[in-house]
Amino acid sequence: MKRREFLTIPAGALGGTLLYTLAREPIRLQAQDGNIKVPLRFFTAGEARAIAAACERIFPSDASGPGAKEAGVVIYIDRQLAGPYGADKYRYTKGPFVESVPEHGYQGKENPRDVYRQGIAKLGINFDELPAEQQIQKLQSLEKTHFFQLLRTHTIEGMFSDPMHGGNVGLIGWQLVGFPGPRMSYRADIDQHFGTAFRPKPAGLEQIMKRPGKPWEDEKV
Amino acid sequence: MTTLKPIDVAIIGGGWTGLAMAKELVTRTSVNVLAIERGMPRTTADYAMDMDELDYAIRLRMMQNLAEETITHRHSLRDSAVPVRQYGSFHPGTGVGGSGEHWTGLCFRFLPDVFTLRTHMTEKHGAAHLPADLAVRDWGVTYEELEPQYWYTEQMMGVSGKAGNLRGKLIDGGNIFESPRSNEYPTPPLKYSYTSHLFEEASRKLGYHPYPTPAANLSENFTNPDGISRPGCAYCGHCSRFGCMIGAKAQPTNTLLPLLRKHKSFQLRTGSWVRRIVHENGRATGVQFTDANGEEFFQPAETVILASFTLNNVRLLYLSKIGTPYNPAEQKGSLGRNLTHQIQNAWRIFFDKPLNAFMGAGALGTRFSDFDGGNGLSGEDGPLRFGMVNCGSGGELPIASFGALPPGAAKANWGAEWKAASLKWSDRVSAVGIVAEHLPYRQNYMDLDPTYTDKFGDPLLRFTLDWTEHENKQRDFAYDLAAKIAPVMGAKIDTARPQRSRYNTTQYQSTHIQGGAPMGASPENSVVNPYLQHWDVPNLWVVGASSFPQSGSGNPTLTSLAVTYRAANAMIEKYLKHPGKLV
Repeated sequence: MKRREFLTIPAGALGGTLLYTLAREPIRLQAQDGNIKVPLRFFTAGEARAIAAACERIFPSDASGPGAKEAGVVIYIDRQLAGPYGADKYRYTKGPFVESVPEHGYQGKENPRDVYRQGIAKLGINFDELPAEQQIQKLQSLEKTHFFQLLRTHTIEGMFSDPMHGGNVGLIGWQLVGFPGPRMSYRADIDQHFGTAFRPKPAGLEQIMKRPGKPWEDEKV
Repeated sequence: MTTLKPIDVAIIGGGWTGLAMAKELVTRTSVNVLAIERGMPRTTADYAMDMDELDYAIRLRMMQNLAEETITHRHSLRDSAVPVRQYGSFHPGTGVGGSGEHWTGLCFRFLPDVFTLRTHMTEKHGAAHLPADLAVRDWGVTYEELEPQYWYTEQMMGVSGKAGNLRGKLIDGGNIFESPRSNEYPTPPLKYSYTSHLFEEASRKLGYHPYPTPAANLSENFTNPDGISRPGCAYCGHCSRFGCMIGAKAQPTNTLLPLLRKHKSFQLRTGSWVRRIVHENGRATGVQFTDANGEEFFQPAETVILASFTLNNVRLLYLSKIGTPYNPAEQKGSLGRNLTHQIQNAWRIFFDKPLNAFMGAGALGTRFSDFDGGNGLSGEDGPLRFGMVNCGSGGELPIASFGALPPGAAKANWGAEWKAASLKWSDRVSAVGIVAEHLPYRQNYMDLDPTYTDKFGDPLLRFTLDWTEHENKQRDFAYDLAAKIAPVMGAKIDTARPQRSRYNTTQYQSTHIQGGAPMGASPENSVVNPYLQHWDVPNLWVVGASSFPQSGSGNPTLTSLAVTYRAANAMIEKYLKHPGKLV
């Protein structure tokens, strides 16, 4: 049996108080918790550290607000790659594979899991240990690759998708952009607040529906 | 293969048109009807947990799974096609309700001259001034003939809007350029969002005639003539690509299915993939399908109605070897011709105020039709046909809307500078969009791909499709209008003019693929007659937007249902009494 891999994160680094385990059980984090160990479904611990560092360069935690680190984006990506999306269950994957014009999009044979494994090899497994400047240069050199484009897309998804998918921990992404989450009704508000910010307190699907959500990625694993 | 007990009518597809045919048949006649849907069952209750942008709007869980079947595309006859491996310029749905579940709810009638476009354009411009490769034609049915079916469809859905042309009387505040209506809309317009107001004021100032977009998202509680009650829209902003959890957006599962469920003469079989229409001596004998367990069945039927999405309607006719494939070189044959994809373009506009754009409803918005069809166009150097200009409030969701920046706001599309700029501009971005008629051309068509196959090993459908000079002219014209409106709305527009472009399978445009099995007055160049009965196989009816010889400017659902209801009337009033060719 494969040894289970964990990503160890200082509890204070995650933005919110809620994190979801593999079984979708919310863990409440306390400041005194010290380090927490998040079980990984796809990445090895080293891969997860490298990807987490790359996500942090794409969507950094800085003066403009928290970023990929606080939102737990790498956990989101790990869950996505472990599920049917990572194995290309929704993409047409029959050959022959022929390179074509840009208007036809990605025509490759490699699924997202393959693309990440090859991408991590290009980043280097010790990517997280490089100085910031070198990390940025490395990513700039990969900007045109399919791997980088996936990583950038997934970073945004992990920042702003419902926390049941593993990222947007504590709704930190939604708080950043003022998105209130999936609210049932704006009947009383749609024609009000013109030109002024209307920012209801964000809530995730689980809080709205008062029951645990089940991401599609989990359904056919 | 197991042969099942014969049925009177077998319907392929459980979406809008399939269930509409079924409902007319089981409520007005004594025939037994079986609808065969390849996707899974669905009800309104299934959408309770669906306000999840990732699963629904990004991973597109309501759409056909491309791993099982896709299309291939090439730009011209000289190219070889490659598969559309991921979505995509359009999003065909699957499951009960089909694309009618995840649609946005925009409800337009086509203009009268769209139905007689060959005659109209020849008279207006002269045959010599039309592009040589233009394949526009008359439908064989007129707007006046379809008006009662348009009204019937609007009542079924409870479409909200404001009439601008009531039996020829023009009404300010409605669309005065619309096709004449016999009745006011069943429900009043939706409430206006902030940008709806801004667009309305700006376009009025510029001398245009704005009106609220007609919507299948109910503006108030409504009971339709069938006795089906649905609540008014909650403006939650989860319409397009989602199913409506309260049933305010008209969908087959909340309008037609509840009624059909009450009839013993109706059965719905899901997870069953129809692979051939079986026929001999010019008569369909039934359909062959494979169920979710991989077991094969033959379902004998007296009458077969092909009512799936445009793509599958055309593909099944090809796979079943029914009709004459179109040959673009010789201009012969009819199956696969007149492929069109409604023109949709939008340009981002940037405000210095928050818009609260997460609130919205699929079709909520304002628009004007001053240049719809051939209105106000001489065709001298600009486009011959155009469409509508709009600003919508469908509900902005955070993944898709993050990172929309005015030009020059950040050097890269990642990193600290990009992040700060994206946060600064978040909820300050809207769009001015256009929808316009996509004219048919001789070289744009569908056939079977010689190389790529679906999960069963059957050939995929192949598109040969590219933009022509006319579509580029439409885009230029649209950009100029958008650039004129944006500053009057108090916004800045992206200053980059649209580039000459080729058809792009990776950028979403609209799910409005039309044609391929066009209707017409003569079997020479059409697949079905104006009642949507197949010319060669009179007990086979091919309904929906595959029958459109060309696209209108507006979204096609309402027209797709109007022609389908007309087919249902012909089938019930004439064909079932005296089966045979109606034309």
